[in-house]
Amino acid sequence: MDKQKALFQYCLRLADSSLIMGQRLSEWCGHGPVLEEDIALTNIALDLVGQATAILNYAGKVEGKGHTEDDLAFLRPEREFRNVLLAEQPNGDYAFTIARQFLFDVYQYYYYQSLQKSKDETLSALSEKSLKEVTYHLRHTSQWMLRLGDGTPESHERVQRAINELWMFTGDLFDMDEVDALLLKEGVSIDLKEVKGKWENHVAELLEKATLQLPVQTFMQAGSRAGKHTEHLGFLLAEMQYLQRTYPDVKW
Amino acid sequence: MEKDTQGTLWEVFVQANPGIPHKHVGSLHASDEEMALQNARDVYTRRKEGISIWVVEAKNIKASSPEDIGSFFEPANDKVYRHPTFYKVPDGVKHL
Amino acid sequence: MKDEKTLLEEFQSKIDKGIKIEPKDWMPEKYRKQLIRMMSQHAHSEIVGMLPEGNWITRAPSLRRKAILLAKVQDEAGHGMYLYSATETLGIDRSELLEQLHTGKAKYSSIFNYPTLTWADIGAIGWLVDGAAIMNQTALAKGSYGPYSRAMVRICKEESFHNRQGYEIMCSLAFGSEEQKQMAQDALNRWWWPAIMMLGPSDDSSPNSDELMRWKVKMESNDAIRERFIDRTVPQADYIGLTIPDPDLMFNKETGHYKHGPINWEEFFNVIKGNGPCNKIRLKARVDADRNGRWVREATEAYAAKKRIVNS
Repeated sequence: MDKQKALFQYCLRLADSSLIMGQRLSEWCGHGPVLEEDIALTNIALDLVGQATAILNYAGKVEGKGHTEDDLAFLRPEREFRNVLLAEQPNGDYAFTIARQFLFDVYQYYYYQSLQKSKDETLSALSEKSLKEVTYHLRHTSQWMLRLGDGTPESHERVQRAINELWMFTGDLFDMDEVDALLLKEGVSIDLKEVKGKWENHVAELLEKATLQLPVQTFMQAGSRAGKHTEHLGFLLAEMQYLQRTYPDVKW
Repeated sequence: MEKDTQGTLWEVFVQANPGIPHKHVGSLHASDEEMALQNARDVYTRRKEGISIWVVEAKNIKASSPEDIGSFFEPANDKVYRHPTFYKVPDGVKHL
Repeated sequence: MKDEKTLLEEFQSKIDKGIKIEPKDWMPEKYRKQLIRMMSQHAHSEIVGMLPEGNWITRAPSLRRKAILLAKVQDEAGHGMYLYSATETLGIDRSELLEQLHTGKAKYSSIFNYPTLTWADIGAIGWLVDGAAIMNQTALAKGSYGPYSRAMVRICKEESFHNRQGYEIMCSLAFGSEEQKQMAQDALNRWWWPAIMMLGPSDDSSPNSDELMRWKVKMESNDAIRERFIDRTVPQADYIGLTIPDPDLMFNKETGHYKHGPINWEEFFNVIKGNGPCNKIRLKARVDADRNGRWVREATEAYAAKKRIVNS
C-alpha cells in the first residue's frame, strides 16, 4: 500500500464515521423528547454532516479519480464504507442515542485534539475546526448522561442498558492496521492507543459521576477498518443512497 | 401519575457584539440552568447572533405593571432640565 | 376602577395608534382567547409541519441538500418554540397547549396532512407552502399583540431562505432530466390546490373577521392574501416551464390580478376535520414523540431537584 491509498482510506474512516452518525441523529429530527432538544440534536447532526462533507471532498482529491464528496457518500457500496461500528447502531430510545453519542464525542474529542498536530495541513485544519464543534457536543451529551444516569430509576436503567449494549462496539474505535502504521510513520495520522487511554479515563470518570457502572470487559467486535459492518449499515445506506442510485448522473 | 412537565420558563438575553448590551431575544424551557444555557445557544444563536448569553428563570424577574405607568414614569415628564436641549447657549459658543 | 367600556375604548385606541398590546395590559377576554387559539394553531402547524419534510432528511440526494433540509426542519422546531413561548405570555402553559394538540382539540394547518411522495415535494413545499405562509406571516408581524408580532418578525427573517431553497430544488428538477421534470410537475400538481386552500376559507364564509381585523389580530382577508400569493407564484412557475394545474386560471388585465378556478372546499373542510390522507399518522407521530419523551422529561426534573437540594 502506498501513502496516497492509505491517506484515502484514512479520510474515509474519519468522514464516514461523521456521516453515518449524522445520518442516524438526523432521524430524530421532529421526534425529540422536547422541542429544545430536537433543535440541539439537529445542530449536532449538522456539524457531523459538515465534517463529513469537508473530509470526503478532500478524500476525493487524494484519490485522484475525480470523485466528488457526493459520489463518495452516495455511490459506494456497504463494504467500502469505513465508519466505526458504533456510529451505525440504530437510535433505540433517547438514552441509547445519548449514550452512543457520548461515547463517540469523547472519541472524536481526543482524536481531533491529536490530529490537529498532523503534518497533513488539510487534516490538521479540519481537525482544529471540528474540535470546536465536538467540544460543544461533548458538553451537551455529558450533561445528558448525568441527567439520565442520576435522574429517575427508569432513566438510570435505560442509560445503563444502553452503555452495556454499546460497549462491545467500542473496541473497534481504536483498532489500527497497516494504514495507521504507514501514516503514523509519516506524521499524518495519530496513535489510537493514546486516544484509547484518554478515552477510557474520561468515560470511566463520567460514568461514575452519573452513578453508572462501567461495563465489565466483554469480547469486542471488530471489522470497520476492513469494511465489515453490522447488518444495520446496509439498510441505512439503502435509504440514504436511493435517489442517487435510482436516477444516476443527474443534478439535484 | 404526576403532571407532565415541559420544564420551567427561562428568558434569554444575547449580546450580539462586544461592547453592546445584552438584549432580550426570547424564551425557552429547561429544567436546569446548564440546560437553559445550552438550549439558548442551540435555539437563539444558530445564525451567529451572539457572542455571549444570559439566561434567567422567568419567575425571578420582577416586572413593573401597566398600572405603575403613571406613578413610575410620568413624574419624569416635567424634569426637562435633565436634557441638554433645555439650556440656552449664546450663538457662536462651541463645544458645549 | 375603570369600567369595561372605558377599558375597551382605551384598548381600541391604542391599537388604532399602532401601540402594541403587551402581556400585562388589559385586553378583552375574547381577544385573549382568539389569540391563544390562533397562536397555538400556528405553533402546532410548525411542529407538525416538521414531519412531512422530515421524511426526506434521510433520503436527501446530496450532502448539501441534506444539510439544508436539516437546517430548515430545525428552524420549524425553533419557530414552534418561539410561538409556544409567545402563547404562554397569555397565561397558558406549553404542556396544556400540547395536550390540546395531542387530544385533537386543537387544529393545525391543513396542508401538513398531505403526503410527501417524492423528493420534488420538498421543493414544492418550500416554494408553495412556505411561499404562502410567508404572505400570511409578514401580515401577522404587523399585528397588535407584542409577543406574537415579535415572534413573527423573527420567524419571517429566518424563513426567507426556506422559500428560496424550495424554488432552487424545483429549478434543478425542472431544468434536469425528463424524469426530474416530470417529478417536479407532479409535485406542483399535487401541492398547488392544498397550498391555495391553506390560506383559509373564502372571505364570505369566514366568520367574525370584522372584529379580528379591528383588533389587528387578523391583518388581511384570506382572499386578499391568496390573490397576492397567486400573482407572485404564477410567473415563477412560468419561468421554470411548469404548468399550474388550474385550467381556469386567467390573468385579468383590468385588475392586474390572476383569477383562479373553483376551489374544492369540501376537501379542505374534510382535511381540517381529520379526514385528510395523513391526519392520523401526523398526530400519532407527535403523540408518540411526546409519550416516548415523558420518561426523559421526568428524569431531567428529578435530576434538577436533586441538584437543588445539594446546592441549598
